[in-house]
Amino acid sequence: MLVLAELAKRKLALLGLIIIVVIAGSALLAPWIAPYDPQNQMFDGLTIEGAPMPPGGQFLLGTDLLGRDLLSRLMYGAQTSLIIGIVANGAAVLIGALVGVTAGFFRGWIGTILMRATDLMMAFPALLLAIVLAAIFKPSLWIVAMVIAMVNWVQVARVIYTETRSLSEREFIEAEWGIGASRFRILFKHMLPHLLSTMVVWATLGIATTVLLEATLSYLGVGVQPPTPSWGNIIFENQTYFTSAPWLVFFPGIAIILLALAFNLVGDALRDILDPTQKGRH
Amino acid sequence: MIAYILRRLVQAILILLGVSIVTYALLYMLPADPARQIAGRSATAETVANIREQLGLNLPFYEQYLRYLGNLLTGDFGRSYLQKTEVGELIAARLPATLLLMAGAIFCELLFGLTAGAIGAIKRNTPLDRGLMVASFVGVSAPQFVVGILMLYLFAVVLGWFPIGGYGTFAHLVLPSVSMGFLGAGWYSRMMRSSMLDVLRQDYVRTARAKGLGRARVFFVHAFPNALLPIIAMIGIDIGMFMSGIVVVESVFGWPGIGQLAWQAIQRVDIPIIMGVTLVSACAIVLGNLLADLVAPFIDPRIKLR
Repeated sequence: MLVLAELAKRKLALLGLIIIVVIAGSALLAPWIAPYDPQNQMFDGLTIEGAPMPPGGQFLLGTDLLGRDLLSRLMYGAQTSLIIGIVANGAAVLIGALVGVTAGFFRGWIGTILMRATDLMMAFPALLLAIVLAAIFKPSLWIVAMVIAMVNWVQVARVIYTETRSLSEREFIEAEWGIGASRFRILFKHMLPHLLSTMVVWATLGIATTVLLEATLSYLGVGVQPPTPSWGNIIFENQTYFTSAPWLVFFPGIAIILLALAFNLVGDALRDILDPTQKGRH
Repeated sequence: MIAYILRRLVQAILILLGVSIVTYALLYMLPADPARQIAGRSATAETVANIREQLGLNLPFYEQYLRYLGNLLTGDFGRSYLQKTEVGELIAARLPATLLLMAGAIFCELLFGLTAGAIGAIKRNTPLDRGLMVASFVGVSAPQFVVGILMLYLFAVVLGWFPIGGYGTFAHLVLPSVSMGFLGAGWYSRMMRSSMLDVLRQDYVRTARAKGLGRARVFFVHAFPNALLPIIAMIGIDIGMFMSGIVVVESVFGWPGIGQLAWQAIQRVDIPIIMGVTLVSACAIVLGNLLADLVAPFIDPRIKLR
């Protein structure tokens, strides 16, 4: 609550929060507030020549190549983006934290193997890896989320690892060892609270990265598959026609940028608030 | 120093070996039958079996991999399943275009990023600074394909300033470079701003001002070069980001580089090409990181290589 009040004081973070609330709201309420059925290929959704309808009038943001209402598809697409953003990034943060803490706190040969695996993952071109994984597993919403988690946990693991290592060398942790505290007490009572703020920051910033990766995969046609709307696959489906119907790229593109921007703004502000060493640097 | 470099090189080779094993295993799991792909649809079962025998596709996984690795050590990436060409040749033919695009992208991100960051630091907390901050946030939040398509629409279709796609002249290079550099410019401008603010707080900057040097001179001669140094090392790390970016940007602009090669190969499940491009990209990433680490102590003598 305190953090939320602090966030609301910063204009940019507040803007981010508002964008998130609006997009999440329209995703949640889509079944009730969307003007049309997103799958309905409407007869009056195309011009007499069979071209998509431009924005304005009956269809606020226009229609797509198949005569479906773009605004409704964007609202349902927001569900896709947010589900994948939260699930995939949540999984990535959990895996990353588990790996980072294991390698940084328990160390030993398991820790070494885990960090070598992290180094290995860092050497992969992330997008190529995600495309190949998606191709192997045949993309569906949950598979795409899993693929993104498998690619994105690495940065979290590196950050948590470094932080765990430097924490374990701090005096208050050494003092705990000195008075004979058990390793689990030290881990859960003294280390985790410190690591938690890093995890919260990554849980927010990472959603931006995840949203972008999902959009890119869907744009390439290996992400969420049509007819399930996703902002990326709306552009994928309509891009051959974008010179005569630019709104079909423009609106979903703006939606992707706004959502990623919002999570970046809030995450950045959270990092400032939760990390006292960064105070006064801006 | 030499011991450090040697150790890092050995590590790099081990990592690349790991990348090759994992990629090979992943591609092995792809639901595709290479022998059938090579033989074509009308081939008899016997031809397909022959090809399978010839390429060793009926061998167990580890034997296939060792065979591939052995060929790789002699510089042989294998042959494309569909184009029947040497993968090494295909990549070599496409590499110059990709390198050109990367050079253009690095130029754009440094130009936009450093300028925006430096201006932001000098005009700290003014509306201009805030505007640039928001712009840099937009930069890191915009997917490259969206930036690419929107710029293509605005500058090529509507205004007609640049060609719609393709390769050849300087005009062809501009839009793809900017689309790819846009993301990095966002990162660089934020790094440059905070680096510049750090430098401007240093005693030697205050001394220079107290000596009576003009603002511009202090800024360009004393502050800017020092603020720049920590950022130069980041270029090496950028390479990983570029290796993802080229797949998207090259396919949006029809740029004939290795990103497009990889993307076409993925669509046709042409495994030797995917394997080759992944390895080349991984080499570039590992090398970039290594360079970034090696350059660091020259830039900041407080950093010791261990």
